[in-house]
Amino acid sequence: MSSLAAKIKPALGSSAPFLWIAPPLILLLLVFAYPLALIAQQAFTTETGTLALAPALAMIQAPFFLNALLNTAEIALASTSLCLVLGLVLAVVLVYVPFRGSIFLARLIDTFIALPTFLMTLAFSFIYGSAGILNGVLIQTFHLDAPPVDFLYSGWGVILAEVTVYTPFVLRPLLAAFSQVDTSQIEVASILGARSGMILRQIILPAALPAILAGGSLCLLLTVNEFGIVLFIGAKGVITLPLLIYEKAIQESDYPAACLIAMINIALSLGLFGLYRLSVRRFGA
Amino acid sequence: MSLSSTLQVVDTHLADAALTRSVSSNVRFEKVSVAYNGQVVLKPLTLSIESGEILALIGPSGSGKTTALRAVAGFARPQQGRIWIGETDVTDLPPYERQLGMVVQNYALFPHMRVEDNVAFGLNARKAPKSLIKERVTEALRIVGMTQYAGRFPRELSGGQQQRVAIARALAVRPRVLLLDEPLSALDAQIRRQMVEEIATLHRNLPDLTILYVTHDQSEALTLADKIAIMKDGAVSAHGRTGELYRRPPNRFAAEFLGRANLLPVQIEENGGSTGFASLRLGEARFSVAAHPDIDKGKALLCIRPQNLTLAPDNGRAHRLTGRLMNVHWHGELLHLDVEIGGTPARVVVTRLPSMPELGTSLDLFFASEDASLIPDDAHV
Repeated sequence: MSSLAAKIKPALGSSAPFLWIAPPLILLLLVFAYPLALIAQQAFTTETGTLALAPALAMIQAPFFLNALLNTAEIALASTSLCLVLGLVLAVVLVYVPFRGSIFLARLIDTFIALPTFLMTLAFSFIYGSAGILNGVLIQTFHLDAPPVDFLYSGWGVILAEVTVYTPFVLRPLLAAFSQVDTSQIEVASILGARSGMILRQIILPAALPAILAGGSLCLLLTVNEFGIVLFIGAKGVITLPLLIYEKAIQESDYPAACLIAMINIALSLGLFGLYRLSVRRFGA
Repeated sequence: MSLSSTLQVVDTHLADAALTRSVSSNVRFEKVSVAYNGQVVLKPLTLSIESGEILALIGPSGSGKTTALRAVAGFARPQQGRIWIGETDVTDLPPYERQLGMVVQNYALFPHMRVEDNVAFGLNARKAPKSLIKERVTEALRIVGMTQYAGRFPRELSGGQQQRVAIARALAVRPRVLLLDEPLSALDAQIRRQMVEEIATLHRNLPDLTILYVTHDQSEALTLADKIAIMKDGAVSAHGRTGELYRRPPNRFAAEFLGRANLLPVQIEENGGSTGFASLRLGEARFSVAAHPDIDKGKALLCIRPQNLTLAPDNGRAHRLTGRLMNVHWHGELLHLDVEIGGTPARVVVTRLPSMPELGTSLDLFFASEDASLIPDDAHV
């Protein structure tokens, strides 16, 4: 029993503790477990109504599924890596090279967390889209026939949008971690002859490792499941697992396939979440 | 193994090693002042630390002592003035080029590195050859008696052990000057006393090492320092050799900051002359003590440390005062007697009393001329 539970138990009274547990448990079963069970049942049920693994085995070998899985992994890994790099650079600058307005900038970046993910995509369309500001200026300046910048409708567009949206998820824990690094450690390192690069590599980054792992894991988890950005950008040939589920369920009405992909997506997410929790426990984030 | 016994085994190699640090390592502040956000925290300071000397900067919080140390380290940029280490003007040098070692209050060990890696950090930063790093780390850990803990992480060590590692880390780079910023403040009293003695032993074995020691604890300063500078309100209030400063404080602040002092108002009837002694009167008592160059006739304060007042005229303590016993405090090995001398509260410290006098009784108190000094009455420097 946790110490908090031990403390509040006398206050709650000893009679029928299940009365406290039952309502949230029932609610959880109704709104989460039951629909999930229905999806699982649908995923592993054949057309004849029997439970079988064969559809799942066929699915994981299907080219369209493997393509979506590969796209999902590539985009998630690339986005997370770039989020980590950008988040690290921003955090180092904001904490160790503060400038006029740096606090405002940190808070502004924070607000990105509160915005819907497709909003950034919409903004990108205005700037980098084929009829966007950048292409307009380039066409007018260089008298071009076609818009020269068209990365937005590719995997790179998705990655750029995800990096913009999810960098704050890395930046926030890094800012907290950096601000807790003992200043005297940095000063002593400097006195001992270390320059800024060595201090960053050997003192600051190891101290921020839990935050890097936690922020990175969370970012990976969110990018694997990102749907809005991919859908909104509509990049040619960029089908990820969430988008594939949408296509199968809504456009093709193939619910068993959608449910099967959803189960695989859930397994992937749970695996990543397990990794996140493990890193939090291992490194104490 | 204790540090003192470990030091016995440090071979001649250590002496040779100390010689490699033979460049002059005296520190000079030349009218150095520091201001933060326009507020002056260190007034123009001119001060020297001789090569191989321990100078303790002591004073209350906000007196400017840590700022002075940080100016030497390169973390506080002087508004004006220059700082010299040996023949090098380091005022504009970054910290990593000043060839210093520093130990701070919270040890600042790198928590993810083992003890040996912590000690090797400075040498790695200076890109020393691996063989030299190994040799220096071994030597530094041996000096502080931490050889057997080389493979541990800082979290696996006690506070005193962590502080030893911090000292080893600072020594491993053979610094020109070792900066100690309240290094023992985080330790409990018993370990602190032990560490003070160990640092004293360390300096005896590394006599070329110049140390700037910042503390608010006068007992650490008295035990360790060759010289003490007492700081107040961003300026040096008193500076001198430790024993001399303790015995003959130049002003009231120095007298009271360097331990308990009885400051008795006296009237100077005749000052100095060829004898160098001033004739004083305290109530009905008349006696003479060494004259003060800045005090002529009139009112002054007579400073006598509590342990220099005795209840018997032994060991040449010829001057007699009369006091009234107000209270007695037992401090284990010492007895502290609160007395009133001519209406001024004073304290007498003795090891034992043959018989305990009643409170309120009159006591004869004796002191020697050489244990008393005059300080200006209005001296709030």
